[in-house]
Amino acid sequence: MEWEIVVGLEVHLQLATKSKLFSGASTTFGAVPNTQACAIDLAMPGTLPTPNEAAFRLAVLFGLAVNAKINQHSVFERKNYFYPDLPKGYQLTQLEHPIIGAGIIDITLPDGTSKPIRLHHAHLEEDAGKSLHETSFTASGREMSAIDLNRAGTPLLEIVSEPDMRSAAEAVAYLKKIHILAKYLGISDGDMSQGSLRCDANISVRIKGEQQLGTRTEIKNINSFRFVAKAINVEARRQIDLLEDGGTLVQETRLYDADKNETRSMRTKEVANDYRYFPCPDLLPVELSDEYIAARQRELPELPDARRTRFESSYQLSTKDATQLTGERTTAEYFESVAKQTGEPKLAANWITGELAALQNRAEVSVPQVTVEQLTGLILRVKDGTISGKIAKQLLAQMMDGNDDVDTLIAAQGLKQVSDSDAIEKLVDEVIAANSTQVENYLRADEAKRAKMAGFFVGQVIKASRGQGNPKIIGQMLKQKLNARL
Amino acid sequence: MTVNRQTIEELAELAKISISETTIDGVSGHLDDMLQLLGQLQTINTEGIQPMAHPLETQQLLRSDIVAEPNNREALLATAPLTAEGLFLVPKVID
Amino acid sequence: MHQFTIAEIIRGLKNKQFSSMEITRHLLTRITQLDSHYNSFITVTAEQALAEAASADKRLAEGGAPSMCGVPIAHKDIFCTTAVRTSCGSKMLDNFVPPYDASVVASFKHCGSISLGKTNMDEFAMGSSNENSHYGATINPWGNNRVPGGSSGGSAAAVAARLLPGATASDTGGSIRQPAALTNTTGLKPTYGRISRWGMVAFASSLDQAGPLARNAEDVAHMLSVMAGADVRDSTCLNRPSQDYTLGLNKSVNGLKIGVPKEYFSAGLHPEIAVRIEAALKEYVKLGAELIEISLPHTAMAVPTYYVIASAEASTNLSRFDGVRYGYRCNNPTNLRDLYKRSRGEAFGEEVKRRILIGSYVLSAGYYDAYYKKAQQVRRLIKQDFVDAFKRVDVIMGPTTPTPAFALGEKNADPIAMYLQDIYTIAASLSGLPGMSVPCGLVNGLPVGLQIIGNYLDEARMLNLAHQYQQVTDWHQAEAATPAPAA
Repeated sequence: MEWEIVVGLEVHLQLATKSKLFSGASTTFGAVPNTQACAIDLAMPGTLPTPNEAAFRLAVLFGLAVNAKINQHSVFERKNYFYPDLPKGYQLTQLEHPIIGAGIIDITLPDGTSKPIRLHHAHLEEDAGKSLHETSFTASGREMSAIDLNRAGTPLLEIVSEPDMRSAAEAVAYLKKIHILAKYLGISDGDMSQGSLRCDANISVRIKGEQQLGTRTEIKNINSFRFVAKAINVEARRQIDLLEDGGTLVQETRLYDADKNETRSMRTKEVANDYRYFPCPDLLPVELSDEYIAARQRELPELPDARRTRFESSYQLSTKDATQLTGERTTAEYFESVAKQTGEPKLAANWITGELAALQNRAEVSVPQVTVEQLTGLILRVKDGTISGKIAKQLLAQMMDGNDDVDTLIAAQGLKQVSDSDAIEKLVDEVIAANSTQVENYLRADEAKRAKMAGFFVGQVIKASRGQGNPKIIGQMLKQKLNARL
Repeated sequence: MTVNRQTIEELAELAKISISETTIDGVSGHLDDMLQLLGQLQTINTEGIQPMAHPLETQQLLRSDIVAEPNNREALLATAPLTAEGLFLVPKVID
Repeated sequence: MHQFTIAEIIRGLKNKQFSSMEITRHLLTRITQLDSHYNSFITVTAEQALAEAASADKRLAEGGAPSMCGVPIAHKDIFCTTAVRTSCGSKMLDNFVPPYDASVVASFKHCGSISLGKTNMDEFAMGSSNENSHYGATINPWGNNRVPGGSSGGSAAAVAARLLPGATASDTGGSIRQPAALTNTTGLKPTYGRISRWGMVAFASSLDQAGPLARNAEDVAHMLSVMAGADVRDSTCLNRPSQDYTLGLNKSVNGLKIGVPKEYFSAGLHPEIAVRIEAALKEYVKLGAELIEISLPHTAMAVPTYYVIASAEASTNLSRFDGVRYGYRCNNPTNLRDLYKRSRGEAFGEEVKRRILIGSYVLSAGYYDAYYKKAQQVRRLIKQDFVDAFKRVDVIMGPTTPTPAFALGEKNADPIAMYLQDIYTIAASLSGLPGMSVPCGLVNGLPVGLQIIGNYLDEARMLNLAHQYQQVTDWHQAEAATPAPAA
C-alpha cells in the first residue's frame, strides 16, 4: 500500500513592529521579565486596547506579496480561555473577518521544480506571555510556575495554508519561502531561535489516489526547519503504523518531543475548549481605504522570484547563483550594488557566492560583513592587475574584521603586484641563472612538455617576488627568454 | 428549556467559577428564568437584519507605532498577590 | 454651605466668599457625621482632598483657573484612581490600588477639582439597587428602608444627602438615570463614546458610558464640560473635542418637537408616575414645545436584548479577574484550576456570578446564533426605532423608571423583577443614545424622574431642555430629610 502524507501549516510570524499590537509597550526581545508589560498588557482593570497601524501595514505587505485578497474590512474577536500567560482571559484575534484572504505561495522544491500552495487566509492576533515551568519558586510547599508577560500582546500574523503539501520536504520549502518573504518584506526578523517564526502542522495520511482527507492531528509550536521535517515524518509514520495495525486515529493536538523524536498527545482538558468567539466590543472594525492599500503596493520591494529571473537575464547569471543571491534581500541588494559599481556582475556574483559566502559561513553570519565599497575596490584591483586573486582572498578575509579599503591594505602590507618589467626581468634572469639543470631539461623537452615545465620557473619568480610579481607578465617574459635559447 | 446541574457545572468550568452546593439550585432556577426572558427574542423576525455589534457604526482609528509605555514594573507588580524576581507566580502548570 | 450647587460654589470661589479648603473641610465633616447612615462612600480620601483644596486655592488666587477648580466632587468606585483603592464594589478588588487614573479622574484633577473619595456601587456596576455591593447597601436619603437605585447609587445618594454637590457615575443600562430618578437628582448618560472609558472598569464595553450626577442641569453641564472629549486611549471614544455645555442652557425651547413614546406608558408604569410625567410634559407645552405621540415598537425587546449582550460582554470582560496579577486570590490554591475557580468563586458576588454564567451560556457553541447574534439583530431594530422617531421629533421624553424607590430586599428574591427597573432606560443604552433623568415630582413622598432621550451628540439640547424646566419648576430643589447624626 502506498501512503500519501497531507500537510497544512499554520505559521505564526512575529511582526517587526516597535510597539505591541494593542499597547505602546516595546517588543524588544530578551528584556528583563515584565519590564515590557504595561498596564494594558497586564489587563489591568479599565485599560483598553488601541491597535497599532504598523501591524496592519506589515500584514498588507505580506498579502500583496502573495497576491492574496486584502480584506479592507477586518474585525478583532475575543477567543476566550483561561491560562496564566493570557492576561485578559481572551486573545484578540481575527476569525470571521481576517485581514488577508486567499492567495498563492509558490514554493521551490530541492529538485528545482516549483509548486503552488494555496493560502487559506492570514490574520492578525496578539501573542501570549511566557510561562516558566522549571523554576525553583515555591509557595506553601508547592512548586510554582512563573509568568513573564513581556511577550504578551506582541503582534503575530498567523498564515494558514490549505492542506496542499504532500511531504515534509514540501512543508520545509513552504516554511522557508515564508521565511524568505518575511525578511524580504522586512515584516519580521524571522528569527526562529527567538520564536519570531513558529508553526503548527496539521498532518494526515491517506492511501495514494484517495480523494478524501484522513483524520488529522495538529502538532503545536514547532520552532525550527529541522524539527518541522522530523515532526511531520515521525507523526505520519505513527499514523500509518496505527492504521496499518487496524487502529483508528483521533483528531487531537499533539506535541513534538525533539529529544525523543516522537509526538505525544497533549493532555485533554476536563471540558472541551469552547472559545466563545465574538467581536471585541472594545474595538471597532478596521476599514482600510483603497489609497492605503495602493500606498503599500508602492512600498512593496521586488520579490525574490522576480528578482531571480531578472538577475538571470540582466546579469547572465546561472539559476544557481541567482537563487543564492536572491535568498536574502540584503544579499541581493549587496550584489547589485557591487555589480553596478564594478561593472563586473559575473565577478561580483563569483566573489559573493564563493569566497565571501564561505567566510560568512565560517563567521556564522548571514549578512555581508564587507562593505559594498570594500568588495568593489577589491574586485577592481584584481581586474586591473594590482593584486592577484590569491592576495585578494587574503585581503577579503581581513576585510571581514576591519573597515580598511583595499588600497590601504595593499599599501600597508606592501602587497602591490609587481608588473614593472625591469624588476621582473631582473628576477627572471636570476631564476634562469640559478637553475641551469632545469633550463637544460626545458630546452631538451618537446613543445607540449615545455608548456608544463614553464610553471616551475613562474613559481620560482613569484616566490622571489614574495608573491607580488604579476604571473601573467612573468610567464610571458620567461617564455620569451627561455625560447630565445632554443 | 431547563438548565440542569450538568449544564451549570459545565458553565462554571468554562467561566472558572466555583459554585457552592448550597447555591447551585438557585443558580439553575435563575438561569431557567433568564432563558425564558431571553427566549422572547425568538418572537422577532430578524431575517436579513445585519447584527449590530456596536452603537458607534464608525471605523477604528489606528495608533502610530511608537513605544510610549516605559518600564513601570515596580508599580504594576506592587498590587500582585504573589511574585518573585519580577515574575507572577501561579501553582505549577503541568501540560 | 453643603446646600450650594456646583454653580454656586464656582461663583463663591470666584468672588472669594469662601475657599476651596473651607468647603472641602465642611463637606468632609458632613460625610464623617452622616455617611455611616447612608453608606454612600466606599473610601473617603480626606487627607488627599485637603491637599488638593490647598493647591486649588493657590490656583484660584493666581487667576485663570478652570471653572471647576476647587469644586469638591467624588468618583464612583468604578473609576481607577492613582494610589487610591478602586474596588468596583467587589471583594475581588478590595485590595486593588491602581497606579493610574481613569481619563475622567485625570480630567477633573487637571481642572483642579477636589475628589472627596470613592462612592459605593453595585458590584461591577451590576444591579439596580446598590444592594450588590461588597461594602453593604447604600441607603436612599428619601427613605431609610429604600434603595437609592443602582449601580451608581452611592453617587446619587451622596448628592441627594448633600454630602457633595456632584459625583461621577456610569451607566450601562440605566445606572445613572435610574438612581437619579430615585434620589431626586439630575443625571446624564451621554452619547456612547462622548466620554472616554479609559480607566473605568469595564462591565459591558459596547454599553458602558460615564456621566455626571448632580443637583440640577446646570451643574451636570459644568461636569460634562470637564468629562467629555476625545481620548486616543479609548478606541470607542468619539473623535470630537469637548465643549462648554453651560453656554446653551438659556436658549428658548419654543417650537421644539417632543416625542412621547406610547410604549413608555404601558401597563408596568406606576399610575402616579404617569401623572407626574404628564404634568412635566405640560410644562414644556407652556414653554412653547410641541408634543408628538410616537411609537418605539421594539421597546419590549430591550430588556432581553440587553441581558444577552451585557452578560455576554461582561462574562469575558471579567475573565481578567483571575487571582494572578492583582485582586483577590484564594488561600493556598492546590493547582491552577483551583486558583481560578476559588478566587473567582469566593470573590464575586452572586449577581456577578449569575451574569457571567448566563453570558458564557449565550456565547457558547450552539447557542451563539440563537441568543447573541439574534440579540445583535434585535439591537439594530431597537436603534432603528429611534432613528425613525428622530426624523419626526427633536427629543423624546417619558418616565425614567416604572416605580419609585423600592424597599431594601424587596426584589432580591427575584432578580428578573429587578431587571425590569431599567425597562425605559435600556433601549437608549443599546442604541448608544444620550439619556437624562430630571426630577419631576414625588409619589408617596418618593421622587420620580422624567427621562429625556436625545439624538446622537445632542447633549447640549437635552441640558437646555432640562435647565428650562428647572427654571419653571422646583422639584429638583426638594430635599430629603437629613437623618440624625450617627452617635
